[in-house]
Amino acid sequence: MKPVNQKAWLLILPVVLCVAFSAILPLMTVVNYSVQDIISPERRVFVGTEWFKAVMRDDDLQGALLRQMGFSISVLLVEIPLGIALALSMPAKGWKSSAVLVLVAISLLIPWNVVGTIWQIYGRTDIGLLGATLAKLGFEYSYTGNATHAWLTVLLMDVWHWTPLVALLCYAGLRAIPDAYYQAASIDGASKFAVFRYIQLPKLRGVLMIAVLLRFMDSFMIYTEPFVLTGGGPGNATTFLSQYLTQKAVGQFDLGPAAAFSLIYFLIILLLCFILYNWMQRVGTRDNSGGNHG
Amino acid sequence: MDERRFKKRTIFLILYLVFAILPVYWMINMSFKTNEEILSTFSLWPQHFTWAHYKTIFTDESWYSGYINSMIYVAINTVISLAVALPAAYAFSRYSFLGDKHVFFWLLTNRMTPPAVFLLPFFQLYTTLGLMDTHVAVALAHLLFNVPLAVWILEGFMSGIPREIDETAYIDGYSFPRFFLTIFVPLIKAGIGVAAFFCFMFSWVELLMARTLTSVDAKPIVAVMTRTVSASGMDWGVLAAAGVLTIVPGAIVIWFVRHYIAKGFAMGRV
Repeated sequence: MKPVNQKAWLLILPVVLCVAFSAILPLMTVVNYSVQDIISPERRVFVGTEWFKAVMRDDDLQGALLRQMGFSISVLLVEIPLGIALALSMPAKGWKSSAVLVLVAISLLIPWNVVGTIWQIYGRTDIGLLGATLAKLGFEYSYTGNATHAWLTVLLMDVWHWTPLVALLCYAGLRAIPDAYYQAASIDGASKFAVFRYIQLPKLRGVLMIAVLLRFMDSFMIYTEPFVLTGGGPGNATTFLSQYLTQKAVGQFDLGPAAAFSLIYFLIILLLCFILYNWMQRVGTRDNSGGNHG
Repeated sequence: MDERRFKKRTIFLILYLVFAILPVYWMINMSFKTNEEILSTFSLWPQHFTWAHYKTIFTDESWYSGYINSMIYVAINTVISLAVALPAAYAFSRYSFLGDKHVFFWLLTNRMTPPAVFLLPFFQLYTTLGLMDTHVAVALAHLLFNVPLAVWILEGFMSGIPREIDETAYIDGYSFPRFFLTIFVPLIKAGIGVAAFFCFMFSWVELLMARTLTSVDAKPIVAVMTRTVSASGMDWGVLAAAGVLTIVPGAIVIWFVRHYIAKGFAMGRV
């Protein structure tokens, strides 16, 4: 157990002040908007929960929410295993490891609108490598015309863009496992799978938790990349929550409903992350019950 | 190592790297083509090689100042994030105190808030403070998601360091600041490197807030790039060249960080 020390609050005070400044103040503004009808900067009317009711009844919102859930779950199902596999196959030492690290990380450092642009070009059947190859193979591929293709392209783009994050976190976690663990395993004659299951995976618990949560939240807030790639279409096949929100707030300038929607959006993410966080903590504790770490 | 298994892993790695590199290669390829060639012919490498797009960027001040602006606010943001996150992460990893779990979770919730939610309030807040269109404004706004992330990553790394090290140091008469700076920080170099890398990355690639909070003096490169859509259509070539250049600073940063990641924690060496 950690010792109780209330003075530790002094150490986290700077962080709390920083984040309070950039989160609580703005959030209060949003709450303020969500219960008022703002006709002009001087004239505003208190409307209570009117906006919330209107937003909850909105069919478009429910559709966007379902699409968002499907997308985020697919992202996790593909990226987490792929990221672990990638981390396990990356060389541990020498110039090769440096080169592979840099190559793997590159997609993370590309600004998001550029990511969208890259794939917009890459997927085009006339000037893009992917689109042209698929067309040559006989697929009638079109991410602007076919809803399934659009959805798959956005998913592929996200996998390309974000799997390296999972891989880098896992890689850092793997390097932190002392050699003694592997030596002990080889004395016991443990198989590769056993080493993975009973040494590497439990030791990766912490970084995996970060990876799952980060990927979940970020995919739930995805905006720039699909906006550039598909513009939310065809129809609204790739209109996710952030895009819907921005349409409301900036496109139609409906501040009240947009603020109410923001709060609901925020609460949904909060709830899902809370469940996920607790669930992973429990799984982690159970996995670690035999060891003396964690 | 098992030979067959080793080969399977290598093949998988190579396949992934090809998948990862091709779209980027395509962009680099495009940045050296003329706009007519991009739209008219399909080729795996430039047929009419040109530096024109890069020349445009390096000679036009509105382009290259975008890079400078981005680097300034990213640097400010990374320094502040790490400076406030280090002590906090230590507190979370070593002590329990009133409301610790709640504060930790509250910090994380800020990492989860969609930036779109905060656009309008941020605009008003920074206008009131007179910070609009400054590097500080963007740096402060990006603290919203970078500080929680830095705390979280550092806390994970710090928890991997046995507490006996702290206790031994205190018994040896080290004060907290001296212990923290001379013993503990070198121990978690890897974590600091990784945290700095992620702060850099998320601040560098963020578009929505950076674009909203700046207009002229601090306009970041990601916002400048949205200019390439003009009346005559997309200027694909310049856009691709600008995109290639946005990767360069990141590649340099990760080149420094790779040692910290690769070395792992120096556990058991003290």
